[in-house]
Amino acid sequence: MSAEVWLACAVAAALAATCGFALGWAASRLPPATDRLVDRIDALLPQTQCGQCLYPGCRPYAAAIASGEADIDRCPPGGEATVRALAVLLDREPKPVDPAHGPDKGLVVAWIDEQRCIGCARCLPACPVDAIVGAHRYAHTVIAEQCTGCERCLAPCPVDCIEVRPVPQLATLKRWPRAA
Amino acid sequence: MTARHHFPAGLVLEARKRTTAAQPIVAGEPVGRVLLALDQGTGSVLEPVVAVGATVARGTVVARPVDAFGAVLHASVSGRVTAIDLREASTETGECPCIEIESDDRDAREPSLPSAVEFATLDPAALVEQLREAGIAGLGGAGFPTATKLCAGRERGARVLLLDGAECEPWICCDDALMRAQAEGVWTGAAVLSHALGGDTCIVAVEDDKPEAIAALRAALPDARRADWSVAVVPAVYPQGAERQLISAVLGVEVPAGGLPADAGVTCQNVATAAAVAHWARTGDPLTTRVVTVTGSGVARPTNVRARLGTPVAALVAAAGGYRDAPLRLIAGGNMMGRALATDAVGLTKAINCIFVATEADLEGRLHARELPCIRCGDCARVCSVGLLPQQIHRAVLARDDTASVRFGVRDCIDCGCCDYVCPSQIPLAWRFREARRHLQEREQATRRASAARTRYERRERRLREAEAARQQSFEAARAAARLATGAPGTPRPAAGGSGDGAREPGGSSSGERP
Repeated sequence: MSAEVWLACAVAAALAATCGFALGWAASRLPPATDRLVDRIDALLPQTQCGQCLYPGCRPYAAAIASGEADIDRCPPGGEATVRALAVLLDREPKPVDPAHGPDKGLVVAWIDEQRCIGCARCLPACPVDAIVGAHRYAHTVIAEQCTGCERCLAPCPVDCIEVRPVPQLATLKRWPRAA
Repeated sequence: MTARHHFPAGLVLEARKRTTAAQPIVAGEPVGRVLLALDQGTGSVLEPVVAVGATVARGTVVARPVDAFGAVLHASVSGRVTAIDLREASTETGECPCIEIESDDRDAREPSLPSAVEFATLDPAALVEQLREAGIAGLGGAGFPTATKLCAGRERGARVLLLDGAECEPWICCDDALMRAQAEGVWTGAAVLSHALGGDTCIVAVEDDKPEAIAALRAALPDARRADWSVAVVPAVYPQGAERQLISAVLGVEVPAGGLPADAGVTCQNVATAAAVAHWARTGDPLTTRVVTVTGSGVARPTNVRARLGTPVAALVAAAGGYRDAPLRLIAGGNMMGRALATDAVGLTKAINCIFVATEADLEGRLHARELPCIRCGDCARVCSVGLLPQQIHRAVLARDDTASVRFGVRDCIDCGCCDYVCPSQIPLAWRFREARRHLQEREQATRRASAARTRYERRERRLREAEAARQQSFEAARAAARLATGAPGTPRPAAGGSGDGAREPGGSSSGERP
């Protein structure tokens, strides 16, 4: 009788110890839950790395949203669609983008006027996605497919030969107005 | 053979084409100028391979596709390229870059073209390539390149060839007229396409309201092929002519959502495409003409015209006797799925099977209809030919809930417009679903762009971190080396701290170990 009681106690203790160790190990080795939330928020941001949200990049802004430090309305390049997606993810009310963080310019890419470029290479380190090709004393150019339109290259240019241009988008379908 | 199976629903519409189809096909008058749109109806914009001022002959390649969704485009007249620029066109956006060719009226044929094609001696894969080079594309209204479809069929082992002669739009009859006049051409085309597919079975499906076409096809069916080839009669229900609906009606198999007809073991081609293939095999001429129905109450003599690609719509209407009775809308395609044109200067493309000149009466009062809120009557769900719930999709689209609209099958909508037709609230459902699909496509592009940017950003960050670490390390090493050189030999710190790789360079300690 007493042997069975001891056995049951021993089994329960062994189970508790195993589970405790496993959970302890998991807690120390696996990333915490907030990180995964940051990943999910980061996945919805447009990755322009433009800094208009006043954070140094999309991921820091995602972390700030996750910690409740920043609101979801600070991303002009993402526009209304991003705010809406974030609102769904975080179960909040959607709201318009705060105009204090800049206008929604649509999809734009940087363009370098190669006639005026002096090849100073100052815009190269400014580009967060390495989308500018060039070297000292050679004209630079932007790889349009890689450019996120963040405008970070505009300020360093000493001759102001960089401008942002809208990307031609799939136009909306033509629909004839019905007679009134 | 009569079809037993049936697709979910559809509409029985009053046919308005009996008299038009009975008339012989009119040969289009030579035109002074053709306008070849670089988007021939598939949405893929071709790349021109001729420059302005170039002299071209009939059959000279003027544009080549950049992806699998475009077909090679040939000059349809001989003459000179006078412009390549953005013009009004029959595309979704209403405009498209076009090549304008001014005819020299000599109709000289491109000398490099073959005189005839011995398709039976060709390897099937080589035959498909030659069909691609001949610019053959689906003439049923989608303009999809035939070679691409045949490739998909060959890869997936879809050996059954189904020729689509079910022309379900109430006004269109160009395929009907073609089957009556060139039934043997359809069968020759079937032989070429079957050879390319490596299959034997061929079924031509025709709706039961075209008895003359059925009789002509049966009479022209070669005796040697009677075991494998047949004519299937399907009920005249809109949209019977749609690929998936026809496959389900004739063969009783459903093409999976998001899949291709080839997944169901079938390759579907239009009868007009088959006839064009036959013409190419017989003469070596690439696709430069097509039969187009010019109809509607707004033209004097509704008829079918065989016209050069790029012929302006105005010339097509003139071939049908010109305008009459105050036309209100000019539509490329039928009244159900067609697209309104802004002007009659638009050039004929491979995908335009009908020019519908509609008057007030033809539009059945829809022009003045005002959109009212959805009353959730469910009429649209009863007629949807794919078995979707348009009212649910519509609600999801209006709420801009992409997940829900995809779940309700907005991508599976074939744009047939049955729901529009029956909607008592006059809601432009099909158009709204098209916009929703466009929006989904744009969002997917944005996601792809963002993930590419993220990868590049992360790589750059890592590279900068590593560069910084390396710089720091070499700085530390240099400082340690400097201490070693200037400091007293008795101090132990530099030796212990300067254990990095750079520390040994100036000192003599490592050189002593070398031998």
